[in-house]
Amino acid sequence: MNPNDIIKPENLVYSRPRLLDERNTHYCPGCSHGVVHRLMAELIDEMGLEDKTIGVAPVGCAVFAYNYIDVDWVEAAHGRAPAVATALNRLNPDKFVFTYQGDGDLAAIGTAETIHAANRGENIVIVFINNAIYGMTGGQMAPTTLLGQKTATTPYGRRADLNGFPIKIGDILAGLDGTCYVTRQAVHTPAAVRKTKAALKKAIQNALDKKGTSVVEVVSTCNSGWKLSPAKSNQWMEENMFAKYPLGDLKNV
Amino acid sequence: MEQEEIKLMKGNEAIAHAAIRAGIDGYFGYPITPQSEVLETLEELMPWETTGMVVLQAESEVAAINMVYGGAATGKAVMTSSSSPGVSLKQEGISYIAAAELPALIVNVMRGGPGLGTIQPSQADYFQATKGGGHGDYRLIVLSPATVQEMADFVGLGMDLSFKYRVPSMILADGVVGQMMEKVVLPPVRPRRTEAEIAEQCPWAATGKNGRSHRNVVTSLEMEPDKMEKNNERLQERYREIEANEVRYQEYFTEDAEYLIVAFGSVARICLKAIEDARAEGLKIGLIRPITLWPFPTEEIARLGKQVKGILTVELNAGQMIEDVRLAVGNELPVHHFGRMGGIVPNPNEVIDALKKHFKI
Repeated sequence: MNPNDIIKPENLVYSRPRLLDERNTHYCPGCSHGVVHRLMAELIDEMGLEDKTIGVAPVGCAVFAYNYIDVDWVEAAHGRAPAVATALNRLNPDKFVFTYQGDGDLAAIGTAETIHAANRGENIVIVFINNAIYGMTGGQMAPTTLLGQKTATTPYGRRADLNGFPIKIGDILAGLDGTCYVTRQAVHTPAAVRKTKAALKKAIQNALDKKGTSVVEVVSTCNSGWKLSPAKSNQWMEENMFAKYPLGDLKNV
Repeated sequence: MEQEEIKLMKGNEAIAHAAIRAGIDGYFGYPITPQSEVLETLEELMPWETTGMVVLQAESEVAAINMVYGGAATGKAVMTSSSSPGVSLKQEGISYIAAAELPALIVNVMRGGPGLGTIQPSQADYFQATKGGGHGDYRLIVLSPATVQEMADFVGLGMDLSFKYRVPSMILADGVVGQMMEKVVLPPVRPRRTEAEIAEQCPWAATGKNGRSHRNVVTSLEMEPDKMEKNNERLQERYREIEANEVRYQEYFTEDAEYLIVAFGSVARICLKAIEDARAEGLKIGLIRPITLWPFPTEEIARLGKQVKGILTVELNAGQMIEDVRLAVGNELPVHHFGRMGGIVPNPNEVIDALKKHFKI
């Protein structure tokens, strides 16, 4: 059979989401950001939220998220996305507001904003990409960097006595009364991608239903920062990251 | 005719009442002396029950100014207030607001510094307010109230100017004006803008696409240097426009003045009393009170500089505005400074003594 015979619209099962721009991203091949962007673009469209979505982009690799997902965006200062999102939603309660943040943004410089927005139960979704490293600035230690993990600022590996411990911010957020849903997922296999999509969908619905703050942590790879191939990054993540950051719901009320 | 509502209240309370009446959409603040009455009064008045105004006590001044940034990004009229150490914390956010060309109002009820300093009045944040404060080349429209009435009036004025130019405004008040009680006629009530009005007046706002074919992105990031330079040039052009159109000041006894005092805020009122006493002694002193500290009344002070034998600036600091006065009049004319620091407010006699000492009159 000629493959061209089956390339027809009625046979299409997978395509670029309508709200994902047709342009190359600046993300490295193998990076998890592209998959999570795609899921958000799919869900915003599928849930009919294109006209009422306001995204908040962080400082970090996802600083240019607004170049890829075709909704309104506000670019926040480093770590301040949850404060920005608080006002977006308080002043525009009928909109869907989400932040998209990395580990340095959310769990180091923005810890106060993250915890207090979640503790107030702001009706927002926090998408948290945890790849245990600062990608944009060139692979420095993140608050979630594992003990022993080598980075540009822990060239001999992270040491607890010098650098403290990797922070499980998802667990902290799950302990706050303002969060309604905190889950930890990954996007390294088709099954994991489907689970993450379901988690994001639940989180978005919670925001629309004004149930409080939902946090979807995505344990992610940074193959350029980790200096591993995309395939080996997935393997390293499964063997090391999942032990410290086990997947599954941390809170679901 | 509508009955004027005359009230007796603190400057900080007047800010809160005026914010509700001016149709402000949101206030985000954090307690700090001597301005906590702004947030306290707003919480007591519960404007969310009447105008729908959002009032929120943030976890920090940093969060509060970023809430202002977020609210402003959706085209809403939003404000914050704080005092000197808190305003230092807000500088990053103010730079972002200026860079993203968002309208917003920031109130600084100044206390003495540096550091934790004192809770007593000061004007030592003049440099910070008028020269930038945060990183990058930007300006704020800086209004200096001398009365509780102006505290109330400048809320609406500051917000209007900010929306007109898409440049953030600051009310730079000293602690005296924030804390003292005076008669005030509260400004007329005007409704908050509707969603349709915001969509029409702020086509740049990130409100959700709402049928728009393109997305709105509020950002200050631009990686291409030639585009970033153009962004800077656009800001600078707007600043020149503000300098040309928005200088505000008040003159007192300048017609026959042989010496000129330049003072702002509550200090201008002390100087006015000093001038009245000095004139009783036959000393012809005049006063110019800049109302906008930026844009600064440079031309007006230069004009008066040609008429007088010397200028004294009186400030609650070590000499900050004096630099702008010197820039206005050049090096030919003697320009001196008299100031008190650390929360001390001078009395009129000290001002007269300083005049006599510096100008040997």
